[in-house]
Amino acid sequence: MSNRPIKVIIAKPGLDGHDRGAKVLARGLRDEGFEVIYTGLRQTPAMVVSAALQEDADVVGLSILSGAHMTLLPRICAGLREEGLDDVLVTAGGIIPDADIPALQEAGINRVFGPGTTIREVAEYIRGNVRQREE
Amino acid sequence: MTGPAERGEALARQAREGDRRALARLLTEVENGTPAAEAALRLLYPLAGEGHFVGVTGAPGSGKSTLVAALVGEARTTGRAVAVLAVDPSSPITGGAILGDRVRMQAHAGDRDVFIRSVASRGHAGGLATTTVAAAAVLDASGFPLIFVETVGTGQSEVEVAAIADTTVVVQAPEMGDEVQAIKAGLLEVADIVVVNKGDRPGADRAAAQLRGMLTVGAQHDRAAGDRPRPKRPQVMLASALTGAGVAELLSALDRREEARGRQPATELDRSRLARADAQLTGIMTQRLAERLRGSEHAAERSEALRQIAAHETDPYTAADRLLDLLGGTTRG
Repeated sequence: MSNRPIKVIIAKPGLDGHDRGAKVLARGLRDEGFEVIYTGLRQTPAMVVSAALQEDADVVGLSILSGAHMTLLPRICAGLREEGLDDVLVTAGGIIPDADIPALQEAGINRVFGPGTTIREVAEYIRGNVRQREE
Repeated sequence: MTGPAERGEALARQAREGDRRALARLLTEVENGTPAAEAALRLLYPLAGEGHFVGVTGAPGSGKSTLVAALVGEARTTGRAVAVLAVDPSSPITGGAILGDRVRMQAHAGDRDVFIRSVASRGHAGGLATTTVAAAAVLDASGFPLIFVETVGTGQSEVEVAAIADTTVVVQAPEMGDEVQAIKAGLLEVADIVVVNKGDRPGADRAAAQLRGMLTVGAQHDRAAGDRPRPKRPQVMLASALTGAGVAELLSALDRREEARGRQPATELDRSRLARADAQLTGIMTQRLAERLRGSEHAAERSEALRQIAAHETDPYTAADRLLDLLGGTTRG
C-alpha cells in the first residue's frame, strides 16, 4: 500500500559540524509524513550502511558541506551495494559543485540537491522515485 | 509467483540463519502488520521466549538512549548479541516522525551482533504493544538473548510497552523534583529498577537516597495486603551513562533478575509475561474485530449503525451489541 510511511535516513557523513540544514530537512520531511531516522553528525560510511540495513530504509539522504563528497559518497554507495541494498534511493545535498554531479551519479547517487532546493521538491522526488514494496 | 505467506516464512528462516537484511525486512512487515508478518510469527513465536526483554522508559532527556548504548557496550564484553527497539512518537497530524535515538547508539555500527531498530509509535492497529512485542519475539527467535525496548515515559501506550517487559527500568535525571514527585502514581510504579542517571552531576546521590526512602515506604504492608494488587518495590540504582559508572552493576542486576526468572517453575509464569500475553491477545482480537467490521460484508449495517448513533436514534451500546451479534459473537452473559 502506498500510504505506508516512507522511511528516510538523514545522515551527515564526514567531519563538518554544520547540521542545521540536515535538521531542517528532517523536520520538513516529518511534516510531509515521512518517518525520518536522524543519525547525526560525523557518520562513517560503515555507520550509514549499517543504519540503512537495520532500519530497512527506503531512502538514504546524505548532507555534506566539507568538500569530502567525492571520497565519502562513493564509499557509501559501494557499501550499500555490498550489503545488497541496491534498491535504496540515495540522495545528497549540501555544497556540491555541479561539475562533480555526473561522477557522483555514476557512483550511485540517484540525485544531488543543491542550495535553494525546497523541502517540497525533495519530498516529491522521493515519492516519485522510491522503491515499491511487495505486498 | 509467491504469496505473502511464503515470503514471510522465507524471511523468518533467513532471519534465524543470521541474515540481517532479512531480519530488517521482516521487522518492516511486522510494523506494517502484513499477512507476511503473521505467517512469519506463526513460525517464530514458539521459538522465542528465552530472551530477556528489558523495557527502558523515562522522561525525555533523562538519558535513556545513552544509558541503553552503554548497556549494549557492557553486554558485548560478555559476547552476547544485543538488540534495541527504540520507539519515538509519530505525529498524529501527518503520520510523520523523527526517530532520533540512533544518534546516541552509533558506537556499534560495525558489530553485526548489535541490531538497532527505530520504531515510530504510529497509530498502530491493535496497539503499539502488539507490534513491539511481535518485533521483540522476532529478534528473540533470531538469536538475540537480550532485547532492550526504549520508549519515552509519556503517553499511555509508550509506558505500557515498557511495563509489560520482563524487566522494566525507569530512568530518572537527578533534577526530578522533591520527594512528593517520587510518591505520585504513574511512571515509577511500573519500575522493577529505577536508575538515577547522570550520577556524575551534583545532587544525584541525594536524589537516589530520596527515591530509595520513598519507594520502600509501605513494604511492610505488602504482607498484609492479601489479594489486593501490590505495588512493585523497585531497586534504586545510581549510574552515569556518560562516565560508565554503575553501568556494569546495572547489567548485573538485570542478569540476576533474568536468572531468578529462569529458576521459576513453568507454572509460575511471572505477572509481566501474562500481562504481555493479555496485551497481545486483546490487541490482535481488537484488530481482527475492527477488520471484520470494516469488511464489505457488513458495510451497510455499520454505516446504518453510525447514522443512528449520530442522530441519537439509538444508543451506542445497543448498536455495538447488535453488530457483535451479526459478527457471530455474543456479549451478554
